[in-house]
Amino acid sequence: MLSHSSMRTPLGRVRGLGSAKSGTGHFWLQRVTAVANLVLAIGFLCVVLSLIGKPHAAALATLAKPQVAILMLLFVVSGAVHMRIGMQVIIEDYVHHEVAKIVAVMANTFFAIAVGAACAFALLKISFGG
Amino acid sequence: MSIAHRATGVALYGGTLLIALWLIAAASGPAAYETAQAVAGSLLGRLVLFGYTFVLLHHMVGGVRHFVWDLGHGYSPQARMNLAKYSVVVSGGLTLLVWIVALTR
Repeated sequence: MLSHSSMRTPLGRVRGLGSAKSGTGHFWLQRVTAVANLVLAIGFLCVVLSLIGKPHAAALATLAKPQVAILMLLFVVSGAVHMRIGMQVIIEDYVHHEVAKIVAVMANTFFAIAVGAACAFALLKISFGG
Repeated sequence: MSIAHRATGVALYGGTLLIALWLIAAASGPAAYETAQAVAGSLLGRLVLFGYTFVLLHHMVGGVRHFVWDLGHGYSPQARMNLAKYSVVVSGGLTLLVWIVALTR
């Protein structure tokens, strides 16, 4: 595994990366998306509450408003990123078999992207699809 | 309570499917949206949504608790007990508030 193509020392190569092999990037992104989600989720709850009992046409009119659509899109994207990292941390804590862990982390990424894309597509269709 | 934060996180992870289904139903047309509304308005649907509301708010309030810790406060045994109690009381209270608004609309 030791590469001799680099002048960097083994310590220099791994310093700051930690057990997740990606440094503190995930740690910080989880905090950033948490702050975003706290604000966006309050907006999301208000949107859902405002839609209770409304017929389809009225619900679409609300969801197609730019301020509502942008809030919902941001919530969906920030939420998907946040839940992907959170579930990856759980997988890394509890799944110790290397192959199973890689498969689970990958499946988790696919799920988060798929759900995020489905929500985003539906929101964009409501806004632009007529 | 940290394990509760994980458990609620996992529940919300699965719960995103409900949000996706709701948005897809809305994008599909009136018939699909009416079906989604009927399911959400049924007794079982309301129970699930009530649970979802509490889980979401518990995770949000629990997240604020983590911000407090990230900023270096609230580590004493007494402070941790208080934070745990407050997070249940506040998230439970907010859940009731949301549902009072929801049911009186």
